[in-house]
Order: sequence, then C-alpha cells, then structure tokens
Amino acid sequence: MAPALEISGLCVSYGRTEAVRGIDVSVQPGQVVCLIGANGAGKTSTMRAISGLAKIRQGQIRLNGTDITAWPAHRIAAQGLLQVPEGRQVFGELTVADNLALGAYLVSDRAEIAARQARVLQRFPRLRERLAQHAGSLSGGEQQMLAMGRALMGAPGVLLLDEPSMGLAPLFVDEIFAIIADLRREGTTILLVEQNASAALEVADQAYVLEQGRIVLSGTAADVAANEAVAAAYLGG
Amino acid sequence: MLAQQLVNGVLLGATYALFALGFTLMFGVLRVINLTYGFTFSAGAFIALALTRQVGLNIALALPLAALGSGLIAVLLDSLLLPRLRRRPSAELDSLMVTLGAVLALYSLMTAWLGPDIRRFPPGTISATAIELAGVRVTAAQGLILAASLLLVGLLMALMTTTKLGLAIRAVAEKPDAAGLMGINTPRIAHLVSLLSGALGGAGGVLIGLNFNAIQPYMGESMMLRGFVVIIVGGMGDMRGALIAGLALGIIEVLTAGYIDSSLKEMVAFAILVAVLWTRPQGLFGRAVGQRA
Ligand SMILES: Nc1ncnc2c1ncn2[C@@H]1O[C@H](COP(=O)(O)OP(=O)(O)OP(=O)(O)O)[C@@H](O)[C@H]1O
Ligand SMILES: [Mg+2]
Repeated sequence: MAPALEISGLCVSYGRTEAVRGIDVSVQPGQVVCLIGANGAGKTSTMRAISGLAKIRQGQIRLNGTDITAWPAHRIAAQGLLQVPEGRQVFGELTVADNLALGAYLVSDRAEIAARQARVLQRFPRLRERLAQHAGSLSGGEQQMLAMGRALMGAPGVLLLDEPSMGLAPLFVDEIFAIIADLRREGTTILLVEQNASAALEVADQAYVLEQGRIVLSGTAADVAANEAVAAAYLGG
Repeated sequence: MLAQQLVNGVLLGATYALFALGFTLMFGVLRVINLTYGFTFSAGAFIALALTRQVGLNIALALPLAALGSGLIAVLLDSLLLPRLRRRPSAELDSLMVTLGAVLALYSLMTAWLGPDIRRFPPGTISATAIELAGVRVTAAQGLILAASLLLVGLLMALMTTTKLGLAIRAVAEKPDAAGLMGINTPRIAHLVSLLSGALGGAGGVLIGLNFNAIQPYMGESMMLRGFVVIIVGGMGDMRGALIAGLALGIIEVLTAGYIDSSLKEMVAFAILVAVLWTRPQGLFGRAVGQRA
C-alpha cells in the first residue's frame, strides 16, 4: 500500500538557518507516527512545510501518492491533510461555534456539518456549554480541545498534531493523549509531534527522532522507546 | 440651527464612516497601511462623473458602477504592491513609504491627464429639491448620501457577521496561517477584501462629490487624512469603531465650522487624534493591534 504521507529529502531553511536538513518520514494509513525532538530540532518547520505554510527548499511531500509539494495551504487542506498547529491557533475573537464551523469550511452540506459537530461535541463535552463563548476566553486545555475539534470537523484523511500537550496541566495532557488513542483505534492516520516523548511513544506505532534538522533514529515506537540514548535524552531515564 | 447642523454633521459623518470602513477593513485583513486607498476615492468620483457626463447614465446606476470600478482598481494596485511588501520583515513601515510614493504618483498622473480644475456633475444629476421638516432642511443629495451610506454599511456588516464568507474574512484577519489550514483560500480572500474596500472608497468619493459638487484629483488626499483620524480613533481594524468615530468626526467638523470657524475644523479633528493617541493608543473603542494577536 502507498503510504498515506511520505516525506522525502525535505529541507526547510529561513535565510541562512537550515531548520530541516533532508529528512525522510513515512506514515502508513491508520498508523500513528510520532516525531520527537528537543526545542529547535525542526519539528514545527517540518509540519508547516507539509501543510504548505513554510517554503520547501528541497524534497518532496506525497499524500496518498499525490505529489503535494509546494501546493498552497488551502489546497492541501482540501486534499484531506489537516493540522492542529503548534500553540493551538484558535480564532480567539470568534466564538467556539464559529471556530468549529471554520473547521468544516470546505463542507457545504448542512446536515453533514451538524452531524460532525454533534460527534465533536460528544468527544469534547466541555466545548458544548461554551459554544457561544469567544475562543480567546477558554483555558489553554479547552483551546487545545477546540483546535482538535476544529480539525476533526474537516474529517481529516491525515491529521497532523504539533505538540498538542504543550503547556497543559497534567489532567489535560492525559485527556489529550486518551483522545489520540481513541482516534488511533478509530483508524485515523496521525503524524504527532511531541516533546512529551514517553506519552507519545506509548500511543504511537512508529517513531522518528529529530536532532538539529536530521533524523537520527527511527523504528517502531517500542524499539525507539527501548533505545538507551533516547531513554537518556528524552525519557528522563 | 443646532438641529440643522446636527443633520448636516450626521450626513457628512456617514460618508466618513463609509470611507473609513473600507480603510479599516483593508487594514484589519491585509495588515498593511495602504495609502493608495485614498486614490479609490478620487477614482470613484471621476468614474461617476464620466458615466453621468459622457455616457449620460443616471446617478443611481453610475454610483454602483463607479464603486465597482474603484474596487477593481484597488485589486490591481494591491496585487501589484502588497504581496511583496507583506513578506518584508518591516512590512508596516515599508508599506507606508511605498504606498505613499505610489499614491502621489497616481494623483499627479491623474492631474496630468484630467487637469487640476474642479469639476461638477452635470446639472440635474440629482434633484435640487429639498424637504423641510421642523425647520431642518434636507436636500435630495443628502437623502441619497444617507440612504447609500446606510445601505452599504448595512450590507457590509451583514456580510461580515452573518455569512460564511464574512466568517472566512474574519478568520483570515485574525490568523491567516490558521485560516489556510482550514482550507480558506487566503490570497483570494485578500483580493476580495481589496475589491470590497476599494468599492467603499469609490462610493465615498461619489457621495462626497455629490454633496459638495466639487471633484478634483487630489480630493482623496484630504479624505485620507480624515480616514486616518477615524480608524485610529476607532481602533485600527475595528469596524464598529470606524462607524462611530466617522459619524462623530462629521458632526464635530460641522459644529466647529458652524459655531467657531470653518478654518478650524481640520485643526479640531487632528487635536482629537493627538488627544486620543496620547491617552488611548489602542483607539477609543478598539484593542491595540498587538493584542489582537
Ligand atoms: N520563522 C522563522 N524564521 C527564522 N528561523 C526560524 C523560524 N522558525 C523557526 N526557525 C528556526 O528553525 C529552527 C527549527 O525551529 P522549529 O520551530 O521547527 O523547531 P521545533 O522543533 O518545532 O521546536 P519547539 O520544540 O521549540 O517547537 C530553530 O533554530 C528556529 O530558531
Ligand atoms: Mg515546534
């Protein structure tokens, strides 16, 4: 089977800073693949390049076999690759309901939108009573749930999650990872970027370790978790 | 006397509000201070003049066509000037300088082509009749200005707050990258915003041209100064603020001219601007741009 997402030889630079230096990552349909690495390793640059928000200097991105390299962001989203970006990026001046509606921006069937919203609210019950509230007034954890709910409104074929647990209270972190595990059970294809390596490796099938823009290790999540260097550097052991 | 002044002030203020609404919409979404916006005001007035004078169109038809023409001019100017500027690290300052140069070049080009003289709409463009109610006189031109301003402002507000397109525009204004991730075609929204704001600017030019019956190439320049006062006082990018501040400026100008001295009306406007910037840099109603994240 062709990989759902295949990144080959990706390079991203900002002026003279080379953030990503030729990485290969492949995500099979239905898999959760995690990309772990320290601050500044190039994780967000990779995610932004995949979604068409960062300029790709070299390399190729394929989505279900289609070359989407250098497509504009809106076209990539229309092709079914959706991202929950770093820092959540909810529309703080809009209501929770409007944020969710924007997640289904490309869907015109009202009944379908309503059905998806019902499913999202079932998954994230605390969003329900806040539908009319401005997203900017939500707590960080609630905003993360809104950002995930917003992406799910688009029924992603491939879902990119950039540090969904960043800056959240432990209770929310557990909840977020439980939801990722649910999505995995339901067969959602996910590329997950995390600094919380132990939780990410627990939920993932495959893992890649990124250091200074290069992949230094990859394999099944279990193998990567068992690697001594990874344990020392990322698992606090 | 006071009632008459207030009515005149509201009418003038409605056009200021209309013009400022286009300016604040453009800034709110495109995030650059685009001084060529003032040119759409002059362009709108001249297109309407040509349509009524040369083609002999009714003003009710010439007004929307002039607005559309100015909108298209804005799309052309913005797509020539803005994409490069917005990528610069100091986009705000660079856009100020580049669009200032561009708009001055456009005004002098227009003056070279059409001459600096003040032109007037053909007689009878708008009925000279006036109605008098409780001692307050309202001319047909003023009635048209008020009706057109209210209609356009209402339509824009309805578009922004009740439609999916308006929601997409607000999303792009707040977080363009995140909007792209939603599948919103952000470059197309930018063009649409140029079109809408240029059309508002052009409509403002036609209405002010009718109100004072005086049209000349540099008319957009003095309007732009007022546009600045209105959107800064109202809060940059804040549509409701622009409406309130536009109306207020019109009333203040008319009252100053009526009760103090007509030569002082601009001084008063800028004194208010300085006072507002001194005490509330985020505008009277709005939040500071930086806080809009
Ligand atoms: N817009 C930018 N302009 C210039 N340099 C940038 C930009 N964005 C990222 N960088 C640089 O690129 C490198 C990789 O950054 P990136 O944000 O991709 O890392 P990251 O792995 O996501 O880090 P974090 O865990 O802190 O989110 C860093 O050295 C960063 O300073
Ligand atoms: Mg990052």
